[in-house]
Amino acid sequence: MTAVDDRPTTEIGTARRRKEDARLVTGRTRWTDNIQLPGMLHLAMVRSPFAHARINGIDTSEAKAAPNVIAVMTGQDIADIQGVNITAWPITTDQVNPTHLPMPLERVAHTGEVVAVVVARSAAAARDAAELVDVDYEELPAVLDLKAAATDEVLAHPDLGTNKSAHWQLDSAAQGSGGDVEEAIAKAREGGIVIEREYRQQRLIPAFMEPRSTVVDPTGEQVVMWTATQAPHVLRFCIAATTGLPESKIRVIAPDVGGGFGGKLQSTPEEFITLAVARKLGKPCKYTETRSETMVSAHHGRDQWQKLTLSAEKDGTVTGLKVELLADLGAYAALVGGGVPVLGAWMFNAIYKFPAYQFNTTNYYTNKTWVDAYRGAGRPEATYAIERLMDELAAEVGVDPLEIREKNWIRHDEFPFTTVAGMTYDSGNYEAATARAKELFGYDELRAEQKRRRESGDPVQLGIGVSTFTEMCGLAPSRVLGSLNYGAGGWESASIRMLATGTVEVVTGASAHGQGHETAWSQIVADRLGVPFENVEVLHGDTQIAPKGMDTYGSRSLVVGGEALVRAADKVIEKAKPLAAHMLEASVDDLEFAAGRFTVKGTDKGVGLTDIALSIWTGHDYPEGLEPSLDADATFDPVNFSFPHGTHLCAMEVDTETGATRMRKYVCVDDIGVIINPLIVEGQVHGGLVQGIAQALWEGAEYDEQGTLVSGSFVDYTLPTTADTISFVTDHTTSPSTSNSLGTKGVGEAGTIASTPAVVNAIVDAVRHLGIDDVQMPCTPERVWKAIQSAGGTQDAAPAADAQSHFGDGAPNQDPAAGTTDGAAQ
Amino acid sequence: MIPAAFDYVAPTSLDEALSVLAEAGDDAKVLAGGQSLLPILRMRLNAPEKVVDLGRIEALRGVRDGGDHVAIGAMTPYADVLGDALVREHAGLLARAVETVADPQIRHRGTVGGALVHADPAGDVGAPVLALDATMVVVGPGGERTVPAGEFFRDLFETAVGDGELLTEIRIPKHTGWGSAYEKFVRVSHQWSIVAVAATVRVEGGSIAEAKVGLTNMGSTPLRATAVEQALVGSSASALADACAAAADGTNPPSDLNGDADYRRHLVTVLTRRAVQKAMEG
Repeated sequence: MTAVDDRPTTEIGTARRRKEDARLVTGRTRWTDNIQLPGMLHLAMVRSPFAHARINGIDTSEAKAAPNVIAVMTGQDIADIQGVNITAWPITTDQVNPTHLPMPLERVAHTGEVVAVVVARSAAAARDAAELVDVDYEELPAVLDLKAAATDEVLAHPDLGTNKSAHWQLDSAAQGSGGDVEEAIAKAREGGIVIEREYRQQRLIPAFMEPRSTVVDPTGEQVVMWTATQAPHVLRFCIAATTGLPESKIRVIAPDVGGGFGGKLQSTPEEFITLAVARKLGKPCKYTETRSETMVSAHHGRDQWQKLTLSAEKDGTVTGLKVELLADLGAYAALVGGGVPVLGAWMFNAIYKFPAYQFNTTNYYTNKTWVDAYRGAGRPEATYAIERLMDELAAEVGVDPLEIREKNWIRHDEFPFTTVAGMTYDSGNYEAATARAKELFGYDELRAEQKRRRESGDPVQLGIGVSTFTEMCGLAPSRVLGSLNYGAGGWESASIRMLATGTVEVVTGASAHGQGHETAWSQIVADRLGVPFENVEVLHGDTQIAPKGMDTYGSRSLVVGGEALVRAADKVIEKAKPLAAHMLEASVDDLEFAAGRFTVKGTDKGVGLTDIALSIWTGHDYPEGLEPSLDADATFDPVNFSFPHGTHLCAMEVDTETGATRMRKYVCVDDIGVIINPLIVEGQVHGGLVQGIAQALWEGAEYDEQGTLVSGSFVDYTLPTTADTISFVTDHTTSPSTSNSLGTKGVGEAGTIASTPAVVNAIVDAVRHLGIDDVQMPCTPERVWKAIQSAGGTQDAAPAADAQSHFGDGAPNQDPAAGTTDGAAQ
Repeated sequence: MIPAAFDYVAPTSLDEALSVLAEAGDDAKVLAGGQSLLPILRMRLNAPEKVVDLGRIEALRGVRDGGDHVAIGAMTPYADVLGDALVREHAGLLARAVETVADPQIRHRGTVGGALVHADPAGDVGAPVLALDATMVVVGPGGERTVPAGEFFRDLFETAVGDGELLTEIRIPKHTGWGSAYEKFVRVSHQWSIVAVAATVRVEGGSIAEAKVGLTNMGSTPLRATAVEQALVGSSASALADACAAAADGTNPPSDLNGDADYRRHLVTVLTRRAVQKAMEG
């Protein structure tokens, strides 16, 4: 029985291969599109080719007459039951919200919006007939550019009278968490340093692997919906809240879900339309989108202009930070859409001790695809801005970017630390992570090489980019959410069922879509209850199996759901204790529990937890007054977020002749507290890094003047592959979180949040001596080359002459050479 | 991504293919490796009534020694061209270009002839075939004719291959001992060329005796940089920049998300210099 001997002493910390993967990689998958039900019908959507148009009429007669077509429906046909795609987070009580009908009745507000649905016996017949639906559109003026939207000259929704959704502010003086930012800036203008910059967060497309798919079976007592979602519980709530179906009559199942990155955290028009059609026809219905449809209709991410003012003393000690965001929500306020910029409010100050701070976001509607959470949601935008600014400050002071950070960051002996934004950071050690990253990177050697290349006028210049990020994860304490006008709580639920034959069922409300919950949850339970890893079965993603949950996003599953699991396990042990005492004929006070066994202190008498489970299942002999069950539920509502951090160092080569960039080295040392499974963490970090690097270098959703998504396929939306990335060097320091008993912090978004500014800082660092202080993302070779050209491109150019410039009246401080990603410029 | 319905025919001989095409007229599309046609059909950008698959015509596949030239069957997949000893020895430039095409999966399905007839100006085989002075063999109802590569590319997605005709073979004069390089500029590895330069040179005594340079995605067809070729004669490796400065002359590159025309005009001069330099090195 060597297998037993080889068993790790603790599962937590072991690089277990994921138990989900054997099934997934051998094709035994249960994607929604694999589901076939008897008599199932297939849907094809008819989508608007216009960004903004009135629907004057829809002629469905030809499509209805096509072979194998069962029905063609418009918004009018399902108006009584189609429901509404609601926003869960109106950031202010007076937020302006356009009604988002799954199928609009009168007007489309973005390209790709669904205007009719064809139902046929096969997907091919539905698609063929969809071509025959004749929609009479009357084109309306469309507003596409975010800054143009802010002028209200053209309205995305004429009936609202404005494009402005809401303005939200956090002010450290007003809330008593810090000083007055205007005073700090005014003082710095007299005798300090003021850095003013405007950065663009381009629009991104989440680009999950599995296109979205929904199957609805309306034939039972409950309507069952299988759907490729991150949030089955939230979706069920949204359906019940708006369609007239009682919540108890709805079962939502997220079977195998192929990634989300936030892109499947939504209640989508397509889900609601499929539900309405299935109910109307009384038949099971399936809708599976094409990749082209994903690109244009699944929500997008980011899309901000960031106006930033940082004040500092002459020596580089920061004194204030003012943030003014313009955020593009697209055509509608998505589930969390308006709140995504707000999630950045606590993160622009990052790891630095700003005495005064103010955050503003003003959210606008445009006639583009709606915008919502995308990996990091609000925190990547914030981290990008502050980490770019700290490099600018370092350049202004004339010191190394790491030195300026160290001067201003929270020291490890100052935790827990309450920031100027009002958050209390649980733990961290920026010094340790930075020291380790520098060592792994070969920081001094690369700086020396950079100097050599500059001195020799090498056409390939080298730059080093720094990002000492932090983020808040583990959404979220419910009371905090309540104070922010969010429509739900942030708790998570877990149940443990001790089966008679010694195995364990674990139910979690966190709905995995690639994260490896089944493996990590098994490891936690195996350690806690002393049962073999293989004997733990993790159930999730079905409102009938896991009735309570807040699902998976915001790096919350482990830090919130994992803690719920620990508490459920502890309840199991507590429930088992009197039963063990009974079986061992001992006092409860004399019992110890370890490695799955209760023993009587000082004796060799003991009984295993699974033996107790069998005994209690028979119910033949247990103390009176006790419940014959070991099963336990727990719901955990966190009292604080957890705050992972890390130091990311990136070396980029810039070919000054072509503007091409090449990654030379990437090192990250992340501190995510206690690690449950190092292999899963490694996967999350690598994948996260690539997505963040992709924002810096490759990805961008671009529209033309008509509001057509130009980057509507992977030919033009340049998603990187492994061939485009290098091997990353990763390591960790460990500052256990104090927000949960496992000591864990989230890792799902860390790589994405941290890497973007590291890459752009490296590119700017490579050419700063040529007079460049910014390149707009994605940093295409063309943009880099044009920046070099407009800066003069010579070694003699004055370094960053405009570092002290001030914002003109509404004028951006963006390098004009960097072009624009808004609207139709390209 | 479901295409509109079409009839599918897979002839097993060239004659059969030609008669199917003659019968179908304008309503047929020829399927080679399918790496461009299938996405077009699936995105419903085109809906032919008939698709004629050449995949079962063995005679159109393979590389043979034609004496003074290397003959490449139109249906030879990129991967086979890449691994072919004759091509590597006598038409190295084509091998250099083919190894940059998309990714291994596409190189195993996509064919050289299919790409040439599709005639996407961002495709990677047009410029080397043009630079190598290839001869294209076209067969139609009236029999076989040959077209010089210089007359093959007519416009965007348009070649000398007429309705009812098929490209059957590409004959590349042997460039034995020539050095070659394909400088492809992309942002991500699987992308179409933003700009690429195909250069092959014969070096004598350390300087260029003959140079041939083709340009990818610098106009509506692959282009030949003849002024550069002439200027390069007699140049040594250390003095290429002046000769290559004219690389953008007479080009009309597109503007798109990857770069505007001005940027491409600049890029092509740098890439030409680098391609020639690498070609001189082998």
